[in-house]
Amino acid sequence: MQEQKVITAHQLTKVFGNFTAVDHITFEVDRGEIFGFLGANGAGKTTAMRMLCGLLLPTSGTASVAGFDVYRQNEMIKRNIGYMSQKFSLYEDLTVRENIRFYAGIYGLSDVQIKQKTGSLLAQLHIEDQEKTLVRDLPLGWKQKLAFSIAIVHDPAIVFLDEPTGGVDPVARKEFWGMIYETSAKGITIFVTTHYMDEAEYCNRVSIMVDGKIEALDTPAKLMKTYDANSMDGVFLKLARKATRAGE
Amino acid sequence: MRALKFLLQKELRQISRDPAIFRILFIMPIIQLLILPLAADYEIKNINLGVVDRDHSEYSRKLVNKIISSGYFRLKDYGNSFPKALHTIEQDKTDLILEIPSHFERDLVQDNEATLFVAVNAINGVKAGLGGAYIQGIIQDYNQVVRTQWIQYPKFNPQATIEVTSSDWYNPHMNYQVFMVPGILVMLVTMIGSSFAASNIVKEKEMGTIEQINVTPIKKYQFILGKLIPFWMIAITVLTIGLVIARLVYGIVPLGNYLTIYLFASIYLLAILGLGLLLSTYAQTQQQSMLVSFFVTMIFNLLSGLYTPIESMPEWAQWITKFNPVSYFIEVIRMVMLKGSGLADIKYHILAVIGFAVFFNGWAVINYKKRSS
Amino acid sequence: MKQFLVFVRKEFLHIWRDSRTLFILIWMPIVQIILYGFALTNEVKNSKIAILDESKDEATTVIINQIDASRYFQVVAYLHTFKEIGATFRQGKVRMVVVFPQGFRDDLLHTHHAQIQLIADASDPNMANTLTNYASSIINDYQETLDRDVKMPYQINTQVRMLYNPELKGAYNFVPGVMALVLMLVCAMMTSMAIVREKEMGTMEVILVSPLKPFRIIIAKTIPYLMVSMLNIASILLLSVYALDVPIAGNLTLLIGESILFTVTSLSIGILISNSVKTQQAAMFTSMMSLFLPTLLFSGFLFPVENMPIALQIISNIVPAKWYYIIVKQIMIKGLGFQYVWKETLVLIGMTAALLAISIRNFKIRLE
Repeated sequence: MQEQKVITAHQLTKVFGNFTAVDHITFEVDRGEIFGFLGANGAGKTTAMRMLCGLLLPTSGTASVAGFDVYRQNEMIKRNIGYMSQKFSLYEDLTVRENIRFYAGIYGLSDVQIKQKTGSLLAQLHIEDQEKTLVRDLPLGWKQKLAFSIAIVHDPAIVFLDEPTGGVDPVARKEFWGMIYETSAKGITIFVTTHYMDEAEYCNRVSIMVDGKIEALDTPAKLMKTYDANSMDGVFLKLARKATRAGE
Repeated sequence: MRALKFLLQKELRQISRDPAIFRILFIMPIIQLLILPLAADYEIKNINLGVVDRDHSEYSRKLVNKIISSGYFRLKDYGNSFPKALHTIEQDKTDLILEIPSHFERDLVQDNEATLFVAVNAINGVKAGLGGAYIQGIIQDYNQVVRTQWIQYPKFNPQATIEVTSSDWYNPHMNYQVFMVPGILVMLVTMIGSSFAASNIVKEKEMGTIEQINVTPIKKYQFILGKLIPFWMIAITVLTIGLVIARLVYGIVPLGNYLTIYLFASIYLLAILGLGLLLSTYAQTQQQSMLVSFFVTMIFNLLSGLYTPIESMPEWAQWITKFNPVSYFIEVIRMVMLKGSGLADIKYHILAVIGFAVFFNGWAVINYKKRSS
Repeated sequence: MKQFLVFVRKEFLHIWRDSRTLFILIWMPIVQIILYGFALTNEVKNSKIAILDESKDEATTVIINQIDASRYFQVVAYLHTFKEIGATFRQGKVRMVVVFPQGFRDDLLHTHHAQIQLIADASDPNMANTLTNYASSIINDYQETLDRDVKMPYQINTQVRMLYNPELKGAYNFVPGVMALVLMLVCAMMTSMAIVREKEMGTMEVILVSPLKPFRIIIAKTIPYLMVSMLNIASILLLSVYALDVPIAGNLTLLIGESILFTVTSLSIGILISNSVKTQQAAMFTSMMSLFLPTLLFSGFLFPVENMPIALQIISNIVPAKWYYIIVKQIMIKGLGFQYVWKETLVLIGMTAALLAISIRNFKIRLE
């Protein structure tokens, strides 16, 4: 079957000077999965994700995203992925509508499509009356949802989320994961990094990075069994005891 | 290409909402075009004169009157003692002292010769040079007056005289505003253009939106163009406003063609904006980019030939100005506005700024990496 | 006192560890002094001129050679027709054209009267005037060689003595101004940014909560910059004397004292700015607008204050750099003593006191 594996990485490594941020990691992500990339601060998650998104050139190893090679087909990858950064990266001095229009346009949607997408996006988020509000005037929870929606405005194969729930209260976090489920149900693969271990339980499979290496990779249920813990937090603590790197 | 259209839309919207931009667009032109030309008047006038008259004769009085009525000098001190007069120079109350020794008139008439003494505060070399030349010119004129009183010309004209006539082209009223206002306008447009461009990319870096852009399929050159074009439009607008002010407030109309100015300005702005963008790609924080662009701007500003002539600089400094795009525009705008120079006359300058534009923008595109290593 | 010193030490460490700031604080002034000290001048030398010689005889050749030989002129073009003059000016090649009519020498010998025309590009009026004057005096000298044996009756001779700067060097006028500019910039701008950085980072609150009095905090913050400034003063003076050939004619101690005073004034401005702004960016922008531009405009070294309209002249009195520029010129160039600068010194002291008073008052209010 074509392209069941939307992300593959083999011995992917990133070295900065004499510091190995990502140490020969190997893993695969299936189409439609919600794949969690966990680890403490400084474990190398963000670095790894950046390599997959084409923001960072790997030092060695191979990887492919949506069937394209990260070294040579970088720009093709970008057409097929969505991305939401830690800072949500919306233009604060533009309105909700203007942000949507801009990103949709950049990804090559036609004017008709843009209009359509904008309408449905605003409806989905229930913020039709806020479409002319400047993003800087939106509460944090709304910004987060908006950033996510914009990340998938062009219906990419995969969407990368870098610590998408940072600084958001637990209720909003839960709502957000609701959105992620809906998106996954549409067939979009979700690759999400986080240091909130409880969110791991929302993923299909998770990998846990410690000191640049993948120390564990499985479904949350199986991990909890293997490590004899009754929460992902517990799993993580057991793994983290081995860690030698301090947080970022 | 469509991506470019969206980029431009976004940039223009952001610009129109930025309060700082409007503040700068109003404050800077006003300060620079209305106040600066008032200050930048280098004309040598109102030289403060001190006279030590030990003769108190008809000739000495006539001479002093002639000097004062020339309009170049203001009599600030009149006395008997040279040391006291020197004191006034020390106190900066006078710039120049004329000492008329005792028996001046008598010596001149009886011995055919007399000597006057002039002491000048030469800290400002140009002022001293011109002041000395003016007073000597007046004294020589007065000398002729005395001679014609005693002698009939042309009976007595045994020697050869070379008559030197001088004419001043292009600035008949010898007005410094005509010279300075165009240059100041260049400075204004340059500062506005470069400071906006320099801080813009860095702001996106700081906010994190640049990462978002890097993940999209936008091409590098599209991104750079998306930044260049809006600022170019703003700068050209400022240039136009400036030219209008120059015409309405100062009555300065170019002898040459407005189109020549706009053509050159368009290319020049690409170079300056490119430099700003280039600086922006190197800086991590807005503070850094502001600091760097401030110092670079200051150097470009002061060493551009706007305030002091490039010819007066030492060789090595003149070489530096060849790498300063601002000096080219200052020269061009003065040439076009005051002397009516045309495109053919400034072809060397045009080539130079094209070179700068390609260089800075090319470097910026290369340097701006969507992917770090 | 000990707490105070601890604070000062911390401030030193800040500067020391931030190599970029250190670079700006120490190297930038040196680079600027050298750059501007050498390059900013309106001295006339090697001005490019053209000759239109319609005679081409011995007399014109001699005169042309003398003009070319002088350090003021450099003959770069020989024109053939009057029409070419306009084009040459329009191309920006020369500043002046010397025109010799036909039969120059013949006229001189037979009718005892010949003409030379000097056509100057008067875009820059002073330059045109100066060049015309220099050329005229060279021609005059030549004329005198012709008439060496004949004495003019009723001759008034004028002896001109150029005081303080006999060679009319531009540096004597500009270097004191550059000193003022650089000191002011570094002290005020850097200090204001340093203090505001603390505010921005949020550590200011922590310090304010400490038992150290706010005034002492301010002083502690400025002491490292005072030290750095003294280093700058020293390097600036050394460069002026040895690199730029501007000797110190007067009392070195007095000059250093006044420079320190000016530094303190600049630091006070920096403190005031830092009190009024919230971000480093704003600090920088405010410094630029309220310090750099006014210093450039009104200190008097770049633009003659005496030519400005009265309103601007009054404004120039508020600019500390104006007073310091006068002081430096009096001491360094004219070699005068304190009795000639006491008024200006008093003004600077007054400004400093006023600025500090306002800063303290503002700072206190902030605590509430």
